[in-house]
Amino acid sequence: MRPFSYAAPATVEQAVSLLEVEGSEVLAGGTDLLSLLKDDVERVERLVALRGIGDLSGVEVAGGRLRIGSMTTLQELRDHAEAMAAVPALGTAIDGVASAQLRAMGTVGGDLLQRPRCWYYRRGFGLLALAPDGGSMVEAGDNRYHAIFPQGDARFVSPSSLAPLLVALGAEATVHGPDGERRVPVEALYRTPRAEGERENTLGPGELLVEVTASVGAARSAVYEVRQRRSLDWPLMAAAVSLHGELPRVDRARIVLGHAAPTPWLAAAAGDLLTGGELTPERIEEAARAAVEGARPMSGNRYKVQLATVAVRRGLQRAAGMEA
Amino acid sequence: MLRDAAEGTTVADYSWPEPDRRGQIGRGPARLDGAVKSTGFARYPSDRNPPGLLAAKILTCPHAHARVVRIDTAAAEAIPGVRVVQVIQGEGSEIQWAGDEVAAVAAETDDIARDALRAIQVEYEVLPHFVTEEHRERAPVAEPGSERTDGDPDAAFASAHRTVEQTLGMPQMAHMCLEPHGQVASWDGDELEVHASTQAVSTLAGQFASELGIPATQVRIRTEYMGGGFGSKFSPDRWGIVGAELAREAGAPVKLFLDRDQEVSVAGSRPSAFARVRVAADEQGRLVAWDSDSWGSGGLPGAGQTPLPYVFSRLPNRRLRHTSVPTNLAGARAWRAPNHPQACFLTMASLDDLANELDLDPIEFLDRNLEFTGRADVYREELGIAAGMAGWKERWQPRKRSRDSALQRGLGVSIHTWGGRGHASNCDVTVHADGAVEARIGSQDIGTGTRTIVAQVLAETFGLELPQVRVSLGDNRFPQSGPSGGSSTVGGVSASTRRAAQDALREVLARVAPELGAAPEELAAAGGRVFVEGEPSRSMSWTEAASRIGGAPVSAQGRNPGPGRLISSGVGGVQIAEVEVDMETGVVHVERMIAVQDCGLIVNRRLAESQVHGGLIMGVGYALFEEWIPDPVTGRLLNADMEFYKLAGLLDVGSLEVHMMTGPGYDERGVIGLGEPPVISPGAAISNAVANAIGVRVPYLPLTPDRVLDALAGRGGIA
Repeated sequence: MRPFSYAAPATVEQAVSLLEVEGSEVLAGGTDLLSLLKDDVERVERLVALRGIGDLSGVEVAGGRLRIGSMTTLQELRDHAEAMAAVPALGTAIDGVASAQLRAMGTVGGDLLQRPRCWYYRRGFGLLALAPDGGSMVEAGDNRYHAIFPQGDARFVSPSSLAPLLVALGAEATVHGPDGERRVPVEALYRTPRAEGERENTLGPGELLVEVTASVGAARSAVYEVRQRRSLDWPLMAAAVSLHGELPRVDRARIVLGHAAPTPWLAAAAGDLLTGGELTPERIEEAARAAVEGARPMSGNRYKVQLATVAVRRGLQRAAGMEA
Repeated sequence: MLRDAAEGTTVADYSWPEPDRRGQIGRGPARLDGAVKSTGFARYPSDRNPPGLLAAKILTCPHAHARVVRIDTAAAEAIPGVRVVQVIQGEGSEIQWAGDEVAAVAAETDDIARDALRAIQVEYEVLPHFVTEEHRERAPVAEPGSERTDGDPDAAFASAHRTVEQTLGMPQMAHMCLEPHGQVASWDGDELEVHASTQAVSTLAGQFASELGIPATQVRIRTEYMGGGFGSKFSPDRWGIVGAELAREAGAPVKLFLDRDQEVSVAGSRPSAFARVRVAADEQGRLVAWDSDSWGSGGLPGAGQTPLPYVFSRLPNRRLRHTSVPTNLAGARAWRAPNHPQACFLTMASLDDLANELDLDPIEFLDRNLEFTGRADVYREELGIAAGMAGWKERWQPRKRSRDSALQRGLGVSIHTWGGRGHASNCDVTVHADGAVEARIGSQDIGTGTRTIVAQVLAETFGLELPQVRVSLGDNRFPQSGPSGGSSTVGGVSASTRRAAQDALREVLARVAPELGAAPEELAAAGGRVFVEGEPSRSMSWTEAASRIGGAPVSAQGRNPGPGRLISSGVGGVQIAEVEVDMETGVVHVERMIAVQDCGLIVNRRLAESQVHGGLIMGVGYALFEEWIPDPVTGRLLNADMEFYKLAGLLDVGSLEVHMMTGPGYDERGVIGLGEPPVISPGAAISNAVANAIGVRVPYLPLTPDRVLDALAGRGGIA
């Protein structure tokens, strides 16, 4: 492995100042970053381990809000009875990580900010995987697991298990940085890189995800993932939905796809279609179709368009207690 | 004793005990090394860490086809802790697959070795590559292969009642040994000791010796345990020789095991198989003709014809054409039942579709055609048992066309065959004066339970329990015994051990016969005692009997092949799969796998069932998940990892139900190998079950959601 230094700050402020130096990376659970370093896909000058900062761990449900510290492990969150009661879909999303080891080591922040699994990226061809002639290796190559909503030159998919649900819930992320604290909607953590070398998240130098918060109780939510294996496997497609209102009346709906686009993919038209109406099987079907409008599948991933409609439909049915 | 009339001499009666006299044979003791393996105490070759050990790593070529223009190792050699840098394929070498070895480094730690690999500068001239043999029309080289016609297939097709025709296929896939290929090599002067993860302890030394230019007598091979081979670990391989050379040059032991991506890419694959198949039957549902135009690749060497039509090999009218398609991928290796899973899928899927076309229950259809197989009676009996276990009569329905609900269930059946004759084997058995009994055999336990089998044969023969016998294997200083391939080990080692043990026992009995006042051939050993047949009161304990042999132990060597009927070959099996398919997502889940299998006399029931379980699990793997995914752009495998090279996990394999054929008609055939047969049918049985569930054939394995959805949408044929 290439040499790097290792820092273990005790406070968020120390972490921020360490992270301001170029080449520094956050080490959370390490379930992904260490593999990237060993495989020489990513390089760091300094790892800033957050495990020693106690403030970053913990789950709290109070005053109608759920607060999850970024260093909370997936298993700690799964074991938090109040959080699970407040948002049962969180349990579904975590159970999708079908490995006790990953749940035990992996953190909420790490899940949200993990790097894409694109097999060209993982083999050192870069996140955009552009050939020397500027053409897309993904387009020309094997793209069975890639985006059906490619953005710009990016064709990888956002792999987070929790992000679609948190976006559907309208959750907020708290980010600490050199200029203090900022709170942004979770979807604002993500962006599509426009050039090789750009990250797929919006954290600036020295910035650090501290916690996510979401209001609970007002919405019914659900996650539906299509995965090939029941044992540890990435979803082929995932949908998260939240429904506000006294069902069958829907006052507001948000539908978000995972593994569909380089960012968690807010299917705004599908959500709007349900807003202000009654949730019926026909409307669910319309929403499922609307969720994939504008999809641009490639040579090998057309099936994922169908999986997206199924995931949205089943997600809505699950949220509404209408599962077949 | 038998009288050999031709020789006029007496030969020993080597045989297995009758059913009522078996102490060990057919029982199911747990494997002797189960505890040390499951607790992590078993030391595999990759666990060996002798003092002064160096770590070795291999630099591989990232291009599927390239020429080495320049290679500069100076920077690597300058790294502190690097002990040896060796160029494997230097300037001018033409590389034919990504992952081929270019250079190797031995260093004080793994990390230093990896740093050194990165410091080696290689300039390549990248050449055109071809890695997608599914499209044979695009292949730069396609060797027009054999064509063979038997009977008059054209006339038979012309007068047939029903014909089905379609293109089927399955891609290349990896062995994916959990312990990668590799070894720890150490030199003591001119003597080389290799702890190798191998399936061939007795034959490896000669191969190392000839490559290294030393006498074979100076090479010691040890394999106490090994973590999976499946047909891919018969040779030292280039990395084995390189590892030994690095150790020699460094003057220190060297551990060299492949990284996972190398293991997947270059250390073993099963050839692909594609075929345009046409098959026809008459009004009675009897097969009349077969025509296949097949192709496939095992990487650079291409791939040969598979045995078509599979099992129904006596079908008189047939035409077989085959094209071997070389690709820029590492050469295939024997994969558990070479060529059989491919031939089985191409045949049994075609026959299943023909049965559907004939409106026949596929089991009935198979039954009507069993005379085209070599063992109709066995298959008939096994089909009946399997159908009963599956509840086939009550539950099987013709292919569904309805999509009334998202989840659809289906049943599918397949049959298979294998040889499994015991290989050449030698075994030394020694009886000590304290009654301790030991077998020494140059075989290997590749995870199948060979150690336990040998112990059971010893215990059976001497009338002892397993803790009273000792088995030493995994060392080429022991009597040579064959490589573990072709399901040949259990027959080979059980026969050589039995012969040695019977001879040693006879010698002991001869020593104590006078004391018991009987002739040696009137004596028997059972239950820890030696006694006069029919007069158990005239007896002594085994320990007493052994004490009479005096100071020098009694020992005997047994060989296979040899006299007496201890082994034979030729097995048949039937498997039924039950699946559930999500019609909307294309996700297939195996609910049940039913396996009915014969393998002659079963030495250890539990280990036999374990072999079938392993075959079924691997079978679910290649039916649903496993495939090499070569990138058309770079020529590299995109899934040379355990993330997107998907193995079946325990949640994916469903309920595994095994019935072993035993008793009269089976036991007296003697011991026959079992490692391979149960892995042959799952692909076909599961594909047939999916066709039954969804109403259409998915023509390709593995049955991934995209392929299932394509088939449901009427899309997605091959080539």
